[in-house]
Amino acid sequence: MTHEKLETAKLGELAFRGATAAAASSILALAAVYAVQMTTNSWESIVRFGWDFVTGTAWDPVSDVYGALPFIWGTVVSSLVALVLAVPLSIGLAAYLSEVAPVRIRRIVEFFVELLAAIPSVVYGLWGIFVLVPFVREHVQPFLQNTLGFLPLFQGPPFGYGMLTAGILLAIMILPIITSLTREALHAVPIAQREASLALGSTRWETIRHAVLPYNKSGIIAAIVLGLGRALGETMAVTMVIGNVPLISPSLFMPGQTVASLLANEFAEVSGGLYLSALTELGLLLFGVTFILNVVTRLFVPLVSRKVGGAAEGRRQLT
Amino acid sequence: MNAATDRYMRLYRRRKLKDQMMTALLRLCVVLALIPLVSILSYVTWRGIGAVNLDFLMKTPAPVGASGGGMANSIVGSGIVVGLAALMGIPVGVLAGIYLAEYGRNNLFGKVVRFLADVLQGIPSIVVGIVAFTLVVLPMQTFSAFAGAVALSMMLVPFVARTAEEAILTVSDDIREAAMALGQPRWRVILSVILHAARGALVTGAMLGIARLAGETAPLLFTALNNRFWHQGLLAPISTLTVQVYTYAIAPFDDWNAQAWAGAFVLLTLILLTNVVARTLARSKYGERS
Repeated sequence: MTHEKLETAKLGELAFRGATAAAASSILALAAVYAVQMTTNSWESIVRFGWDFVTGTAWDPVSDVYGALPFIWGTVVSSLVALVLAVPLSIGLAAYLSEVAPVRIRRIVEFFVELLAAIPSVVYGLWGIFVLVPFVREHVQPFLQNTLGFLPLFQGPPFGYGMLTAGILLAIMILPIITSLTREALHAVPIAQREASLALGSTRWETIRHAVLPYNKSGIIAAIVLGLGRALGETMAVTMVIGNVPLISPSLFMPGQTVASLLANEFAEVSGGLYLSALTELGLLLFGVTFILNVVTRLFVPLVSRKVGGAAEGRRQLT
Repeated sequence: MNAATDRYMRLYRRRKLKDQMMTALLRLCVVLALIPLVSILSYVTWRGIGAVNLDFLMKTPAPVGASGGGMANSIVGSGIVVGLAALMGIPVGVLAGIYLAEYGRNNLFGKVVRFLADVLQGIPSIVVGIVAFTLVVLPMQTFSAFAGAVALSMMLVPFVARTAEEAILTVSDDIREAAMALGQPRWRVILSVILHAARGALVTGAMLGIARLAGETAPLLFTALNNRFWHQGLLAPISTLTVQVYTYAIAPFDDWNAQAWAGAFVLLTLILLTNVVARTLARSKYGERS
């Protein structure tokens, strides 16, 4: 190769590498933009209310007083209901797929779980309004009231709309992500672990219960936490079935409102000033919590950084 | 039989029974998880097909109170917003993916970017909407198709970067080494050999990304907003299928609710079709990757 050709090749390499690096930096920039935009735009509200913002219960745009506690309550409670329902089901499903199912059935079920993940939130919401809400009102709530009605959780009139329905809908929506991440966690359990357990005379269930599931507990916990992250920020489906009333009530039958559903309802109407700042602070809260949940889980549980991360790190760098 | 064996047999039977019960319970989990899927798909099909007609696909919404009308403007609007987002997001995402797979496999910068790309995918989409609102809508003083596309492209870049990285990593290092041994500079190897070999998986990733965006509602609520008319340029509010389905679903009119189902049917058909095609493409090209 002549000297000139070598020079152009070097130049091309430099330019191309620079372009890809710039594109990669855009992801760093994106994270920075999120943090900076959210903080600067909610600064007015942060300074004005301080901690009162998260402990206050009055949300009154007319007199410019903003307390977010009812929305935080709604977010936490609906997400917890979702976890209570989705976690056992997802882990059971993942255990079935990874330990019991024949390959053919496994592929079919995995395909259906992928479909469940592909359904848009707004379609979940639509189904929620016209199918789930009436079902909960006519069957689930009367049943709970008759059997567990002595608990404050299940008291009050059966509206259909409310925390319980939102929790059920959220559970369906986070089931695919918890299932697939748990599947990956179980995938990492060595075959020898299972063989050893079976060789000791354990039944299949005993192997699952004592040799497989406990082996990668941190992976399963990570799956649950990432599912929680999804539930906390889910907007459309929750907005459509939770009733949108800022209540703090021990009863799951009562309507509520989440941070995300308040944003969906009010953000488009906002003109500016303190109101906009307070709404943005709600967004910042949501961003902060989900960001921390994601960072912490992914830092401490390398498994969750997916096959790619492992594959990339396992392969040497070509230069 | 002596007592010890007897006790052993009883214990064995009990363990065996428990095993069978728990396995049945695991199977029950599958059934329970699939009930909502079946219910959603059948309701959307049943109530949606009934409401889809030529007017629905060809007309804009009728004035409040009047019956008829359709979501043609929303379908086109979704196409415009998602298309614009894909135009902005896919090139950046693929380039970032190339960096992660080729230059930044193990360096610190690559690791940080990879990590943040994963984390950003876990950020709620409504938050993305707020950021796009402050970035685009506030300075421009108007809700717009462009603002909606910016919001969606912000979600697309991290996703495409990671799927593109994954796609490029499926290309064996032997091919890289063979191409480089021919005296080609790295960038030529990537552009004409690696990307060519990875094209199927790259397309799959991009399609899955687009299918995801098409189903997003929250980031569009206060960026693209909505519009009852045909699109009026990229700097005006625009109707999208998802936002329109939301608006009609929570409205107190039966006619609008029926149209919401029809919209959901169209939306779901498009998204599931894209998903299935993308996944079949990936499977046929590269075989089963478990």
